[in-house]
Amino acid sequence: MMDFGFSLSPSSTINLDKADLSLLRKVRALEPDVDICMACGSCTASCTAGPFTGMSVRKVINDLQRGRATEIGKMVSGCMLCGKCTMVCPRGINTRHLILSLWRVYDKEAAR
Amino acid sequence: MIYQGKKRIWADYQKEIPDDHWYYVRSCIRQNFFPASEKMFTEITRGVLGKDIYENPSHTTCGGIAYHCDTLPQETAMTVVARQFAIMTESGYENLCPSCITSFGNYTEILETWREFPELETKIREMLWKACRREFRKPKYLAHSSDLIYKFRNEIAEKAKFRLVDRETGEPLRIVEHIGCHYSKMFPSKGVGGAEYPYVLAGMVESWGGSVVDYPERRHCCGFGFRQYFVKANRGYCVSNTHKKFESMEPYHPDAIVTNCPGCPYFLDRWQYVISEQTGKTYGSNGYGIPVLTYEELAGLVLGYDPWDLGLQLHQVAVEPLLDKIGVEYDPKAKYLGVDRKNIMRPGLPTVLKCC
Repeated sequence: MMDFGFSLSPSSTINLDKADLSLLRKVRALEPDVDICMACGSCTASCTAGPFTGMSVRKVINDLQRGRATEIGKMVSGCMLCGKCTMVCPRGINTRHLILSLWRVYDKEAAR
Repeated sequence: MIYQGKKRIWADYQKEIPDDHWYYVRSCIRQNFFPASEKMFTEITRGVLGKDIYENPSHTTCGGIAYHCDTLPQETAMTVVARQFAIMTESGYENLCPSCITSFGNYTEILETWREFPELETKIREMLWKACRREFRKPKYLAHSSDLIYKFRNEIAEKAKFRLVDRETGEPLRIVEHIGCHYSKMFPSKGVGGAEYPYVLAGMVESWGGSVVDYPERRHCCGFGFRQYFVKANRGYCVSNTHKKFESMEPYHPDAIVTNCPGCPYFLDRWQYVISEQTGKTYGSNGYGIPVLTYEELAGLVLGYDPWDLGLQLHQVAVEPLLDKIGVEYDPKAKYLGVDRKNIMRPGLPTVLKCC
């Protein structure tokens, strides 16, 4: 490989035909409301843990839809289950249950 | 009713382009990268279409490159542009036609700034007078040279010797059209089709028989961006942008790319070599790249000009696969011959990208 003094950066493009959406399917089975999120960000704005841990429910749902499981695992471990996000959600999604469902899926996979 | 409504909405995206009498200003860099493109523009507009296109040897850079590299304050760039306007006024023209997309963006930005801040225009007029005792009238119409070719695309199609059709299959060639960012992303109303539906190149491709490829990163920048490219440490960002576009268009198997900016064809063409050396990947068929042409070169091809007179041998990516598909005749032995068929040696070959 020729050295030009600069190189390609990894692309941020997400190909949904190739993305692994198995985690989304598992979470959807436990919490079907994940599909009605409109990404308004009220959950993230009201999150107490967010500024300190990087937790963002909006990003979690976004990453679920894009098949980015690694980022989700890091984020949900910062949630303290206070439930404020559930109270502010204009779509009435039980986001607290969504996080718990994610934990369950991760626990099941870790137990295998 | 719905069709009429759509037609009315589309009319808002059109641009008024006068028929004739244009003051043409060349680009700083295009003659180095694609030496026959501007010559072809004057030859087509004057020779084939019989238009009055005037050039003045006193015109200089518009200052756009230095302005976008942050090495020149905008007021200096404005004074340089004011001098161009003064030369245009002295030459008796009122329609300005720049060949460069950066210049087009620069002229548009300056005229819009003067419209918003007339006191700045007064200041620039004073600065120009102090600097070189010149006065100017602002252009009545400003159009990029691709706007003119777009306007006359059907006349060119009538006179064309070839069409953008695969001569073996009879299918239209799949052409990727890439618009320079400064054409309509900064001032959408100044470009044909605006920023949402830029049609200037797509219109040419369709008129000349090809089909336009619609791919996810169609409106993504080619990656040039002055401050990215001119600082070597940042060039990885530049080539990564181009790589993203190629990855996105690859599944559609384009036969060629057509552009209307000085930087875009250069980078889309040359970066194919760099990407092939860095990753071992090429985007055309059989180890070739995807040929990248300027709209003047494409117009010249369909009008039947010799590809080597169009300067296509100076492209990094070989154009022969495209010429074969269209059915353009060419002499492979003459590809690298100079004026009067003088032997001026052949360039070195890349290790991955197939070039001839």
